[in-house]
Amino acid sequence: MASPAHVLLRGVTRIYPARAGRPELHALGPIDLDLAEGEFFAVVGPSGCGKSTLLELIAGLAAPSAGEATFEGRAINGRVPDGVGVVFQEDASFPWLNVFDNIAFGLRHAGGGATEVRSRVDYALEFMGLKEFAGAYPAQLSGGMRQRVCIARTLVLKPRLILLDEPFGALDQQTRLLMGDELLRLWRETRATILLITHALDEAAMLADRVGVMSARPGRFLDVVSTGWPRERDSRIVSSSAFGGLTSRLWTLLRAESLRSLGHAAGQG
Amino acid sequence: MSRVGRIRVLVLLGAVATLEALCRTGVISSFTLIAPSTIVVSTVEILASGRFTADIVVTLRNVAAAILTAMIGGVAIGTLLHGLPATRRVLEPLFATYYAIPVYAFYPLLIVVFGLGDLPQIAIGFLLAVMAVVINTMNGLDRVPAVLLKAARVQRLGPLATAWSMRLPYAAPYVFTGFKLCVAYSFVGVIGAEFITSSRGIGYEIAFAYNNFDNRVMYALIFFILAVVTLVNMSLYAWERRLLARRQR
Repeated sequence: MASPAHVLLRGVTRIYPARAGRPELHALGPIDLDLAEGEFFAVVGPSGCGKSTLLELIAGLAAPSAGEATFEGRAINGRVPDGVGVVFQEDASFPWLNVFDNIAFGLRHAGGGATEVRSRVDYALEFMGLKEFAGAYPAQLSGGMRQRVCIARTLVLKPRLILLDEPFGALDQQTRLLMGDELLRLWRETRATILLITHALDEAAMLADRVGVMSARPGRFLDVVSTGWPRERDSRIVSSSAFGGLTSRLWTLLRAESLRSLGHAAGQG
Repeated sequence: MSRVGRIRVLVLLGAVATLEALCRTGVISSFTLIAPSTIVVSTVEILASGRFTADIVVTLRNVAAAILTAMIGGVAIGTLLHGLPATRRVLEPLFATYYAIPVYAFYPLLIVVFGLGDLPQIAIGFLLAVMAVVINTMNGLDRVPAVLLKAARVQRLGPLATAWSMRLPYAAPYVFTGFKLCVAYSFVGVIGAEFITSSRGIGYEIAFAYNNFDNRVMYALIFFILAVVTLVNMSLYAWERRLLARRQR
């Protein structure tokens, strides 16, 4: 990576202090990570390894217990930095607003003028295939469509870093593949840096330039695997032989950790 | 109209027709109740005569003031307490017993504080109504999903903007339940207070008619109040249905 780190983590650790009879919990780290500008980085790991905690630390939704995190050279101190967008696994669409107003929400709060809001929301509606649903309410949409609304709401703010926390976790396999294609298209057009948290190895292998494989809690990177895919790619790569080898390698790295997180001894079962 | 709606209307019409028959045949004495048709005629006559217009205006104005202050105050107090969990923990047991307090017993105190005008009646309406809004506002705010609050932080909303643009809109259906109760309690509070010491207003005129065995006026005013409250509640109900229709998955 010749370009300077867009996101940089050094020794980032998250420890939840003992509270209400529960012992101290070392959730994450220490973690070191460099994300280059415009890179698509995926994180996989066993359940409860701290993947979402890592995303929250980078998003500024939580502060690290130790270590340093920076975005574009500026420290992230538990406040969401300007230029960062987050898409969550859970449905975060606003049920009281129609699709247009959902997408326009952040722009309006940032003080965008009516003309600018309309043009940027129209673009996002078109880009995410939501144009016909501009006046619909989230309750009238499928889970996949609601997630598109949330992605459009992030996209419209032109983030330079997009953090995705298992955004397709609740969707069926076919929809996930198609949404993956849309995400790749979005990544190419916006040239944003993307960090994707996922539990699906095939999703990580298909979408990312590099995949970070995390250990069981406390989560650390066991390895970072380069996928070697060209920037112009889509879900058809899942049928290539290289894809099978890649997911197999990721699973080999992850299997023992997944068993450990489930309470089994590594290597058994 | 739906089948249930038709049945509802039929039951209502049947009850009114039965009452009409019982009154007309003398089974129910006119000292106790006058026939529903007579009540309607009396109501129209009384409204047309303008005899009670000033009282109606006073009562509706005071009820509106009680509703408005209870809605604004209730949402503000509910939001504030939701943001102050320690204070809420201290006060919450008191909320549970709030409606066991006979608010009317404080009427003399309210007169000392607010004087002899309309304010004590508005205060009673407010006191009866405000807690329903406070409790329902807090209930709604408790249900805002954590992911929406995270989304608010990602959109860089401050605490006030989050409360106004995120928490309250999400909690709106619950707050609305509080508003419906607020309207009912405000009518009860203000008209009840007019019964006790006021010298004007619909409550006072009903009590005056009752003391003078003037059933035509008494029932006409009761019917008028019933009609107004039903109309207001039906409007709120229709509005609520529209609000909920957008959100039902």
